[in-house]
Amino acid sequence: MRGRRVWLLSVSLADLLFLYLPIGVLILFSFNASRLSATWQGFTFQWYRALAADEALMASLQNSLLVASVSTMIATVLGMSAAVSLERFQFRRQQVVEGAMLLPLVMPEVMMGVALMLFFVTIKLPLSLVTVTLGHAAFNLPVVMVMVRARLRKLDPGLEEAARDLGATPWQAFQRVTLPLLMPAMIGAALMAFTISFDDFIVTFFTAGPGSTTLPLRVYSMVRSGVSPVINALSAMLVVMSMALIGLSLLLQRTGSMKN
Amino acid sequence: MTPSDSSTDMPRRAPLPRLPGWLLMPSLAWLGIFFFIPLLLVLVISFAARGTYGGVEWTFSLANYATLLDPLYLTIFVRSLALALGTTAFCLLLGFPLAYYIARAPLRWQGIWLLLVMIPFWTNFLVRTYAWMFILRTEGLMNTVLMNLGLVASPVEILYTDGAILIGLVYGYLPFMVLPLYAALARLDYSLVEAAWDLYASAWNVFWRVILPLTKPGVIAGCILVFIPSLGAFITPDLLGGARTMMLGNLIQHEYLVVRDWPFGSAISFVLMALVLLGMMVYLEVDRGRGDGRRPSVW
Amino acid sequence: MLCACQPTPEDVPKNTPKTGADATSRAATTLHYFTWTDYVSEDLLNAFGKANGVKVVVDTFSSNEELLAKLQSGATGYDVTVPSDFMVSIMVKQGLLAELDLAKIPNVGLVEERLQHLPFDPENRYSIPYLWGTVGIGYDSNVIPAEPESWAVLWDPRYKGRISMLNDQRELFGAALRAMGQSANAKDPKIIEQAKAKLVSQKPLVKTYSSDNYDQLLVSGEVALAHGWGGAVARAMVERPSIKYVVPKEGATIWSDCLVVLKTSRNRELAMRFINFLLDRDVAARTTNRLLFASSNREAKPLVLAPLRQNPAVYPPDSTFDRLEWITDVGEAIKLYDRAWTELKLR
Repeated sequence: MRGRRVWLLSVSLADLLFLYLPIGVLILFSFNASRLSATWQGFTFQWYRALAADEALMASLQNSLLVASVSTMIATVLGMSAAVSLERFQFRRQQVVEGAMLLPLVMPEVMMGVALMLFFVTIKLPLSLVTVTLGHAAFNLPVVMVMVRARLRKLDPGLEEAARDLGATPWQAFQRVTLPLLMPAMIGAALMAFTISFDDFIVTFFTAGPGSTTLPLRVYSMVRSGVSPVINALSAMLVVMSMALIGLSLLLQRTGSMKN
Repeated sequence: MTPSDSSTDMPRRAPLPRLPGWLLMPSLAWLGIFFFIPLLLVLVISFAARGTYGGVEWTFSLANYATLLDPLYLTIFVRSLALALGTTAFCLLLGFPLAYYIARAPLRWQGIWLLLVMIPFWTNFLVRTYAWMFILRTEGLMNTVLMNLGLVASPVEILYTDGAILIGLVYGYLPFMVLPLYAALARLDYSLVEAAWDLYASAWNVFWRVILPLTKPGVIAGCILVFIPSLGAFITPDLLGGARTMMLGNLIQHEYLVVRDWPFGSAISFVLMALVLLGMMVYLEVDRGRGDGRRPSVW
Repeated sequence: MLCACQPTPEDVPKNTPKTGADATSRAATTLHYFTWTDYVSEDLLNAFGKANGVKVVVDTFSSNEELLAKLQSGATGYDVTVPSDFMVSIMVKQGLLAELDLAKIPNVGLVEERLQHLPFDPENRYSIPYLWGTVGIGYDSNVIPAEPESWAVLWDPRYKGRISMLNDQRELFGAALRAMGQSANAKDPKIIEQAKAKLVSQKPLVKTYSSDNYDQLLVSGEVALAHGWGGAVARAMVERPSIKYVVPKEGATIWSDCLVVLKTSRNRELAMRFINFLLDRDVAARTTNRLLFASSNREAKPLVLAPLRQNPAVYPPDSTFDRLEWITDVGEAIKLYDRAWTELKLR
């Protein structure tokens, strides 16, 4: 018995090590004074300073923030309305619509990327931050829908019904009762969508045009030019940021479920 | 991520009202325009031909699909399938003990373990791939450590090989395997396992004859969730494979952005999509086969 | 009624700093510059931006095919780009380029003799050579003490796993074709097949195909031999002096990347002014000093740092010229190259 427990534990810890090693290494070596070598040669902030001075990088950061914000807003509004439609109403061919809305989640990104590129070329819409945003909103819509719907399912529809019995219109009932309860989940979903959009590479790669280099695209061309501690510093910052955003998203979801 | 469980769903008390059109239309329209129509376009273009320097000549022929039957391209399909299968196998190997351990851990620790497993996944995929480049290169961390420990005489050249790609893919998709496995293992009736132990079954038999059959849906779910994305993987083979290897994802990108043969690239995309849909149908069938009609447990 | 004191673009002499009033009298414009990954020098671009009150936005690519693909897939907002010689003729055929008004680009008269009247655009109607050089082999003399004379060194099994080749379709096949004693512009399907077979036989020896980071790979010692453009190898030489450059005896390609204005550009005046700026003698010299690629401006050469002037990776010595060849558009035969290239990558 004990032997097996120990074995399970060691494999699990080994797995965790495997998962965290690369990230840990990146963060650690972003402070390494040596440029290429894997041996420790002193602690420094110089790579972070170089990052701040990199104008093209800052511009790409701006682009990423812009695209993520706008596409998240669109995806949240649309995703929410889809979640409410599927959960609180009935209509014919509901299964089909459900399946259709889940499809983007399993579609390989390279396919979405090339499909969108072909689409924009065919309708003669020039590639730009606009096309990137349209694509991001499309693949984030199902993400928001799934997350909001999961929360919606656990809410008591009786609360809304009670509000209606008391004279509220369906919209008022929704706005005053369900929506506040849904808020943490909505914000959580929005944060998740924001992170996904911010980190997206493949779809952006195919739909970006002049001046629409986002941060991941810039990272990609930096990485293609070789390994460098500046990339380590950038990666470390991206990791910390992602973890913070997702931590926040989860915290909000947990708060939401505790309130209920 | 809280352990998924549909028993806390509220029971329905009244029939649902009819859907007002304006509620669902915007999201359906958005997906229609920016997802389904583009995919349809891919299908249509796959029947066309390429102009001299790229672009599309609007003819209709099955030539592109016929070209795909060439052994050269079939090799690519087979290689991608093999790599995806290898990734799935390793994820299963590494993920099962982990999922089992978490499922058997005290309840309050389970959430924390799951969180720990998911966190790396939420960081930027490029960053994680780059991390492996940093570790696996000739003068990278792995070789420095191995040589300092005297385990190897000269550096292990693993970067820019299929091995590096495998490591990268397993790393990227391990959480996708662990979560469904955990969900299935959490639902496992452990008394059956205990009974097997009481009957002096060997560890292997307990696993193979009791645990595995009972968690089969979870195993299959995990396998599909790893297999499908690995098929379409593009960055990992590109960065960790050094432009020497081609998987389906790279081939598609190659045809679109390098050779500029959009019709042919579209044909390949469509075959990939067919494989994806096939995988999805298998998953849904297995899930439905659980007999209780509940929704896929992963969501 | 137009105010006569409003400066028009043609009146303004190039490179004079704008006063605050002039800068704001023209709406803030952006110049979109699409160029090779190793051609970006931020200070020079900022200098132009400040002098003209505009913002220069740069995007990069690492192969001619990538450039063409991006333009064909609807990236129409670029103003200036830098295709290689043969790609200029392809882009002209595809109607992608705007005609240049050479009156607005006086520096065109300062282009090197050798780079004037190039076959793909003899009158400089669409393009002006910007940077030029050769393709050859960068190698670490610590690993290979005797200078390799032939392309065959890249096929030498002794260096298995320590070779990097350009990830550029025409250049990669060009290397194989020249090694076979053929022209890099072969159109015969049989010869292209042979070149492909030669490259396939080489593949097990090749560590990676890269047009971006082979200089880094040379410096870090991950490869001992790199098929590459001279300037990038020159950069590697700076960081690791044991690295040297050679143009094999069978011959190699001479290339020139040319500045062009895209037909879809909405700032043609500004674009041409930018081209003129880049060709200016001082700017050109600074460019060569910074990027380590030779400029097309002959008056810039005396201003370039001496070690660079004498570096064969930057300025090819006269003796090499008889074995250099320009890559030209091969017309329909490009489909053969495309198919062979894919097959090579798939093996």
